[in-house]
Amino acid sequence: MISVTNLQVCYGQSVVIPDMSFTAPQGEILGIIGRNGMGKSTLFRSLIGMILTRSGTITLNGKEITNQPSHRRVAQGVAFVPQGRMIFPYLTVYENLISGVAGNVSYDSVEEIYALFPVLRDMRKRKGGNLSGGQQQQLAIGRALMTNPSVLLLDEPTEGIQPSIIKDISRSLREIRDMRKLTIVVSEQVLSFVLDTCDNIMVIDKGKLIREDRRADVNSDQIKAMLAV
Amino acid sequence: MGEYTSEELQSIFIMQGFSGLSLFSVLLLMGLGLALIFGQMGVINMAHGEFMALGAYTVYFCSHLTETYAPTFGPYYFVAAIGLAFVVCAALGALVEWLMIRHLYHRPLDTLLATWGLSLILQQSYRSIFGAREVTPTLPEWLMGSYNVKEGLDIPINGMFVLGLSIVVTIALITFMYRSAFGLRLRATVQNRKMSAAVGINTGKVDRLAFALGCGIAGIAGAAFTTIGSTGPDSGSRYIVDAFLVVVSGGTASLLGCLASAFGIAQAQSILEFFLEGTKGKVATLLVIVIALMIRPQGLFPSKVRGN
Repeated sequence: MISVTNLQVCYGQSVVIPDMSFTAPQGEILGIIGRNGMGKSTLFRSLIGMILTRSGTITLNGKEITNQPSHRRVAQGVAFVPQGRMIFPYLTVYENLISGVAGNVSYDSVEEIYALFPVLRDMRKRKGGNLSGGQQQQLAIGRALMTNPSVLLLDEPTEGIQPSIIKDISRSLREIRDMRKLTIVVSEQVLSFVLDTCDNIMVIDKGKLIREDRRADVNSDQIKAMLAV
Repeated sequence: MGEYTSEELQSIFIMQGFSGLSLFSVLLLMGLGLALIFGQMGVINMAHGEFMALGAYTVYFCSHLTETYAPTFGPYYFVAAIGLAFVVCAALGALVEWLMIRHLYHRPLDTLLATWGLSLILQQSYRSIFGAREVTPTLPEWLMGSYNVKEGLDIPINGMFVLGLSIVVTIALITFMYRSAFGLRLRATVQNRKMSAAVGINTGKVDRLAFALGCGIAGIAGAAFTTIGSTGPDSGSRYIVDAFLVVVSGGTASLLGCLASAFGIAQAQSILEFFLEGTKGKVATLLVIVIALMIRPQGLFPSKVRGN
C-alpha cells in the first residue's frame, strides 16, 4: 500500500503538482490517466525519489519514505519502471535483471521472471540495448520485480509499443498482481489499456486528481472528453 | 639510420621495445585508474599522479623500515609493499572522495581545480616529509640485473616484473568489473546514474569505492614505478599528461582501448626517442594521437548497441 498526502512537487519556481493526495491499497491496480504535461511523470519521479518533494508525505505500508534517497525506498519495497524504460543498454539482459539486487541473487527469483516473460530467457546473454521496445519493457518490469517490491510504479508502459504487446503487458500486470498481491500504480494516456488493466482509475489534470472511478462504474465517454485536447 | 648494422638495429628495437614495455605498464595502470574514475563520475582527477607518487613513497617507506628493523625480510618485503601501496592509496582516495569530490559532482571545472589543488598539497607534503631529493627503495636481489639473451641484447628483469604486475592487475580489474556484483553496479551507474539509484543501487557508495579503487591502482603503478626510476615529489606530475593521453585516445569506457593506446603511446615514445631527440619523439607521438582522434573521436574501441 502506498499513500500520498498533500504532496507538492516543483521544478525550481514552477509548481507541477500543487497538492495531491491518494491511496493505492494492497492488491489493487491504480491507473492514473492524463494528457501530456499534466504531471504524471513528475508524480512518479517524486514517488521513487528521482526528484525532491517540496512538502507533503509519502508513506509505504505505514512507514514514511518522503525524503529518503531512491535506493532506500527500493530496499523498503518500492520499484519503478520509468517512462522510456531506461534499461541499461550495455548490460546483458541477465545483468539488467540482477543489477538492483542487494546481496546474493536467488536462482528462483530469476526463474520466476523468466516464467513471466519467456522471451527474456532466450535473450538473457544479449545486450539490453539490442532488444526491441516491447522486450525492453518486459525487461524493465522484470528488473523492477527482482527487488521483491510491495509497490510497483509504472510510468507510461505502453509508450511506443505495438498493440499486440500492449495486451500482453496488461495481462502480465494482472498476473503479477494476483501472484504477489502487490500494489501497482500505472500512468497512461491510452484509455483502453487502463480499462483493461486497472481496478481503480483516476484522472490527472494540471497536477490535480480531478476524478476517481472504480472500473465497474467508469463512464468512458466522460473520461475521453477529459482527455481530449 | 645508416650507421647501424641490421643486427644492431634489431637489438635496439628489441631493447627499446622492452623499455617501452615498462613505460607501457606504468601508463596502463595509471590510465586504468583515471578511466575508471572519469567513466564512473565524470571527475578528471588531476591528483592522480600524486597518488602514484604516494604508492612509490609507500614502497620506499617499507624498504626503509625493513632495512632498519627486519633486514632478513629484505628479499620479500617488496611484494607486501605493493599490497600496502594499494591499500594506502585506496584509503586516501576514499577519504578524498568523502571530504571533497562528492560535494562537487556535476561541476567538472570545480573538480578539476579542486583535484589540482590537492595535487599541489600532496606534492608539498611529500617535499616536507621525504625531502626534495629523489629517493629509491632498496630493491630485493631478485629484481636486479638483466637476462642476457645474446651478445648486445639484455632484457632487464625489473622491466619484466613490472610488465607481469600490470598484466595481473589488469586481468584482476577486468574480472572484478565483469564478474563481481560491485562491478555490475559500477557499470550500471556509469550508464544511467538516476536509474541505477531507482533500481536500488546505492550510487554514493559505488562512487566512493570506484574512486578508491582507481587511486589504489595508481598506488600499484607507483610501486611498479620504483623499480624503473627514482621517486621525487613531482614524479607523479611527469606521468599525468601521458596517462591522460592514454585515456583520451583509448576512449573512457573501454578497458581494451586503454590497453591498446597505452601500448601504442609507450612504444612510440620509447622507440622514437632513441632515434630522434626526446622532444621530437613526443611531438611525433602527439601528432599520431591527434590524427587518430580526428578519425575516431569516440576512442579506439567504442561499444555498439542498437540505436546508439
